[in-house]
Amino acid sequence: MSATMHMHGGIGESIKRKEDARFLRGKGNYIDDLTLPSMLHMAILRSPHAHARIKSVDTSAAGSMPGVIAVVTGELMAQHKLAWMPTLSYDTQAVLATDKVRFQGQEVAAVIAETKYQAEDARDAIVVDYEILPAVTSPEGAKAAGAPLIRDEKEGQKDNHIYHWESGDKAKTQAAFANAAKVVRLHTFYPRCHPAPLETCGCVADVNPATGKATIYMTSQAPHAIRTVFALVTGLPEQNIRVISPDIGGGFGNKVPVYPGYVVATAASLLIGRPVKWIEDRSENLISTGFARDYHMTGDLAVDANGKMTALRVHLDSDNGAFFSDAQPSKFKAGLFHIVTGSYDIPTAHITADGYYTNKAPGGVAYRCSFRVTEASYLIERLVTNAALELGLDQAEFRMNNFVKPEQFPYTSATGWIYDSGDYPKAMNVALEKLGYDELRKDVEARRKKGEVTGIGIASFTEVVGAGHGADFDILGLRMFDSAELRVHPTGKALLRMGTKSQGQGHETTFAQIVAEELGIPASDVAVEEGDTDTAPYGLGTYASRSTPVAGAATAMVSRKLRDKARMIAAHLLEAADEDLEWERGKFYVKGSPDRAKTIQEIAFAAYTNLPEGMEAGLEGVHYYDPPNMTYPFGTYAVVVDVDKGTGQVKVRRMVAVDDCGVRINPMIVEGQIHGGLTEGFGIAFMELITFDSEGNCIGSNFMDYLLPTAWETPKFEIGETVTPSPHHPLGAKGVGESATVGSPAAYVNAVIDALSPYGITNIDMPVTSDKVWAALRSKGVTE
Amino acid sequence: MKVTMRVNGGERTGDVEPRVLLADFLRTNLALTGTHIGCDTTSCGACTVLLDGEPVKSCTLLAVQVDGRDITTVEGLAQGGALSPVQVGFHEEHGLQCGFCTPGMMLVGTALLEQNPDPTEEQIRWAISGNICRCTGYMNIVKAIQHAANVKQAAASAPSPAAVAAGGGE
Ligand code: FES
Ligand code: FES
Repeated sequence: MSATMHMHGGIGESIKRKEDARFLRGKGNYIDDLTLPSMLHMAILRSPHAHARIKSVDTSAAGSMPGVIAVVTGELMAQHKLAWMPTLSYDTQAVLATDKVRFQGQEVAAVIAETKYQAEDARDAIVVDYEILPAVTSPEGAKAAGAPLIRDEKEGQKDNHIYHWESGDKAKTQAAFANAAKVVRLHTFYPRCHPAPLETCGCVADVNPATGKATIYMTSQAPHAIRTVFALVTGLPEQNIRVISPDIGGGFGNKVPVYPGYVVATAASLLIGRPVKWIEDRSENLISTGFARDYHMTGDLAVDANGKMTALRVHLDSDNGAFFSDAQPSKFKAGLFHIVTGSYDIPTAHITADGYYTNKAPGGVAYRCSFRVTEASYLIERLVTNAALELGLDQAEFRMNNFVKPEQFPYTSATGWIYDSGDYPKAMNVALEKLGYDELRKDVEARRKKGEVTGIGIASFTEVVGAGHGADFDILGLRMFDSAELRVHPTGKALLRMGTKSQGQGHETTFAQIVAEELGIPASDVAVEEGDTDTAPYGLGTYASRSTPVAGAATAMVSRKLRDKARMIAAHLLEAADEDLEWERGKFYVKGSPDRAKTIQEIAFAAYTNLPEGMEAGLEGVHYYDPPNMTYPFGTYAVVVDVDKGTGQVKVRRMVAVDDCGVRINPMIVEGQIHGGLTEGFGIAFMELITFDSEGNCIGSNFMDYLLPTAWETPKFEIGETVTPSPHHPLGAKGVGESATVGSPAAYVNAVIDALSPYGITNIDMPVTSDKVWAALRSKGVTE
Repeated sequence: MKVTMRVNGGERTGDVEPRVLLADFLRTNLALTGTHIGCDTTSCGACTVLLDGEPVKSCTLLAVQVDGRDITTVEGLAQGGALSPVQVGFHEEHGLQCGFCTPGMMLVGTALLEQNPDPTEEQIRWAISGNICRCTGYMNIVKAIQHAANVKQAAASAPSPAAVAAGGGE
């Protein structure tokens, strides 16, 4: 610890985290830790059916139970015009159901009581009479003739189709396919899974009856955007709404959307005049809030006689649940899926996507991912491995031969993305060397001769993160810039506030390090605050790996602004001309005489005590950064698996992960992010599944059915890096929070498919569980 | 019902309904909010506390069941303001990110090192396998517990400060 304290904490230093101090002592301040005077508790009654008409809701017994203050129904919400709310994808979503329930777990009514136990008791006493309707549980079911109409309340909605969306060049792609020497097809389903942060969602809504000010403490990754959405939904003046995100126990995309519980709790507090707390339990979290993926994808890859990829064609059907409430930039109906050409120089591509309503929970969120990049990366990386296997080419070599070459950057992809930078062969070579690929290939052959089932999987992903440039990327029209405000106090200590919100990523440390680097104030002297919309500058929040690319850039820029002012103050103090001063981290000195110097701390003091004639006092500023482009982190992951023929069990023997996220600000924190992402990727590949029976009952509604990796299953990771700085980011950084979840599932599954390929098995959909592997082997006559 | 227990070394009493969970009693009645709730179904370990030194999941015990027993929560790990070796290990090895699983993980680690001062990696992984972490991928949690084991062993083999002050240990 003492070694840390003497470190300056500039860029590239693995200083220990500042935020640890409170978490280690059990003194974090998570939403459920908050208690306000006279606070009430809310419990939500949810639908047991996936699709049913509500005939009546009887709250009389519930209303007279001990401690009950109010029972809120859809009807009551409708009286206040709050039974429905807009979604982040320009659809509407029921807050409390009035006409029908459209998925199991949908919010039907809420009880507000003195204690949590009383609220839950009374909730169980509400009687709802349902008329059960047939349920739709897949896009296939949604488009079937005679399928029940889920959104019958929507004017002009005649079927269950939500959107059709296209990207790329259809004619050119068709022509390329006509000339292909070989076409490889993969049909795969990226199943529904859930981010499941260890802390569930919740809020404490506190509407002050005297002032009308609504303070809403909320597990939100995007508090500012939520404030604006709340103002639009409720009609409350925006200055009277204060959203505070306290410490957040993991987010991974789950905490981006607005959920009905937040709205009901706020309305209840407004009506009752007391604070109302609502905390989901785990089942509520898994069955009703932001799921991820649920994409049915078909990809065709055209390859010429020399093994060069010539065209890519993809169609996907998206299962969006009962309301289209995906959290994504509004121009892109299928998120950023059209990054699907990945790391490969494919001359032409055509992508079509159709979204469907089903009787499943809404809220397609990016589970540790930048708006559907994960699905895209999975498809192309699985397809490339299948193509290599089918063509009899080496997986690594086939990739090498088709990579976008380092000299092609900036590179414009077939679907119009402008990749800022990259060196894919380098990352691949580091990974292969770390793995000992050539030796390992021989070893695999030798083991197979002995009857073992073993294989190597590779994935060379490219991500697109850091949304965005505001002209192309917005959420409900709000441009996706971000912000930083920096105040340097007279004693040379500083306060930095940003429009983002950490959920464990270590912002209090990393962003202090940017100030340490750019303004020379040691990281330990920079306090970092986020999440309070009354104090922090406006920003779009933390998701899609955008904090470092956008708010990190804003922090660098505001630090530089203050440095410019500091130069003028230093010149005044040193009686020198501005341009005669040199900057060395932490001080200005006169060119040629290094001992005529003023430290940033001396300059900060002078900013309040001894200013040049006519200069405004103070040393503070704010910067809103709208990036010129996205950033494109990339890497190569390689996995070795052994499969037990008898049981179908897959064991990951090795996992090598080489990431290039540009310049690393705190390498320790970056590696921590990669470890976490590789683990969630492992869970997605082998364990995590939210599925439904034919009646729309959610299977996977608790941690005994929705399986998450523990320390026992999780493999050990071998980490490597290359550094290709982003040319447009002020620090050369690219963002890293999600790379490992985006890139790793395909690497794990490719290893299994490589292992099973000698038996003619070409695909197993995730999660790749023992029973599926066992059945696949049996179907090919493999027995022992 | 009246319930009395020792919590972090001090006697605490409360008057609760028999159905009140230990986790809720600690969080609500005693305001010890370092014990977290992640699942309610004994699956995640966020609510882990030590009951007479053994890790238990406090979402699956009633407060009245531990009447007369001894409880340690995360708030009881630091002694006199000094972090325990396990807490130091988690900080030094970046064994936490969002911090939500951390109290439970540290209490399991503490109990493990009491029973087994020099655990193997496998033994550590097995010990913490009832606790879920969504952020770290576990590698640094394993290192954090190893770090603590090393610190404790170094402290045990070094001469005690009292002995040094008394002129011993030279
Ligand atoms: S809350 Fe007790 S085990 Fe999850
Ligand atoms: S640090 Fe977030 S759950 Fe473990």
